[in-house]
Amino acid sequence: MSKFRFAPSMALACALWAGSSPAWAAEEKYKIDPTHSFVTFSIAHLGYSLLQGRFDTMDGSFSLDTDKAEGASIQVTVATASINSNHAERDKHLRGKEFLDVDKFPQATFQSKRIVEQSGKTTVEGELTLHGVTKPVAFEAKMIGGGPDPWGGFRRGYAGTLRIKRADYGVSYNLGPASEEMELGLYIEGIRQ
Amino acid sequence: MTDLRAASDKFRFGKVARGLHWGMAVLLLGMVGWGFYAAHLNFYDPLYHRALSWHRSMGVLLFGVLLFRIVWRLGQQPAPLPDPMPIWEKQAAHVTHWALYLCMFLLPATGYAVSTADGRGVNVFGLWELPAWLPPDRGRETWMGTLHLAVAILFCLLVFMHVAAAFKHHFINRDGILRRMW
Repeated sequence: MSKFRFAPSMALACALWAGSSPAWAAEEKYKIDPTHSFVTFSIAHLGYSLLQGRFDTMDGSFSLDTDKAEGASIQVTVATASINSNHAERDKHLRGKEFLDVDKFPQATFQSKRIVEQSGKTTVEGELTLHGVTKPVAFEAKMIGGGPDPWGGFRRGYAGTLRIKRADYGVSYNLGPASEEMELGLYIEGIRQ
Repeated sequence: MTDLRAASDKFRFGKVARGLHWGMAVLLLGMVGWGFYAAHLNFYDPLYHRALSWHRSMGVLLFGVLLFRIVWRLGQQPAPLPDPMPIWEKQAAHVTHWALYLCMFLLPATGYAVSTADGRGVNVFGLWELPAWLPPDRGRETWMGTLHLAVAILFCLLVFMHVAAAFKHHFINRDGILRRMW
C-alpha cells in the first residue's frame, strides 16, 4: 500500500508550505527537471503577431528557505544552439553571427543575486548573460505549485517573464521597431535533492 | 543511328549534350551567385523570402535536369578527347568531369536536406511541393548548410579548372577541343 506512505510527506509539505513549522524548515536544494522546464521567447513579427520559440536544452538549479524569501537563489543555463522557433532555416539564421552567434557564445545564463518578497509579489533580481553581455535584470516570479510527486520525489514549479531590449545585448539586427524588445519566459520545475 | 544531330559523334557533342552543358552552366553559376545574394538580404528587402524560394525551386528543377543529363550521358559515347592528349591529361579531364557531376548532385541534395530539416517540404515555384522524405532532424540545417556552401565553393574551383583547361587547349594546343562543345 505504497499510496499511504506519501501521507506523512504530504503533511510535511503542507506544513512547509504554510511556513508554520520552523522546526524542520531549512534550506532546500532543487535541480531543474529539463523535461518539465522551458525557457521561451516571444517576439513581435512586424508588429502583427507574436512569434513563439524556446531553447530546448537547459539546465539549472535553485535553492530556497521555506521560512523566508531572502536567501533563495536560482541559476539557469541554456544552450543557445538549441533555439527552436519551429522553422529550421530561421533557427539556422538565429544561431548565426547576426543573432545569437552560438559558436562564440554557446551559453546564455541567468544567475539571481537577490529574491525579494514584497506585498505578496516575488521579485527575482539577478544577472542575465546573453550574447556575451551581462546585464542586471529583475522580473516577477510566481510559484505555480509544489508538493510530492507520485514517484517518491518532491517538486516545485515557478513561472516568470522578463522583457529585454535586444540591442542591450548587442543583438541589433533590424527586425523593425515592434521587435526591438522581446519577452523571455522561464517556466521551471525543480526536483528536491 | 537515326538522328545524327542529336547524338554526339567523333568531332562534336550532339545538340542535346551541348544544350545541357551550356544551359546548366549558365543556370548553375547563376544559382551560386544568386544563393550568396539571397543569403545576405536583410529582413526588409522585398526579396527576403522570394529570393530563397526561387533558389530552392530552381534547385529542384536543376536536380531533375541533372538526372536526365546523367541518363543521357551514360546512354551514349561522348565525343572522344583528341588523340595527341597525354594520358594523364585525359584522366584529369575525366576526374574533373565526374567531380563536377558529383557537385551538381550534392548541391541540390544538401540544399534539400537544409530546407527539410524540420520536416516541411520544398515549395517549387508555388506550383508543387516536393515532400520532405528524410526524417526531420533538428541541427541538420547547420552542418548541411555548411556542406552546401563548401560544395558550392568546390564547384566554382572545378569550373575554373575546367574553363582554364578548355582555354589552354583552344589557344595554346589549338586542338579544337572547345569546338566540340560549341
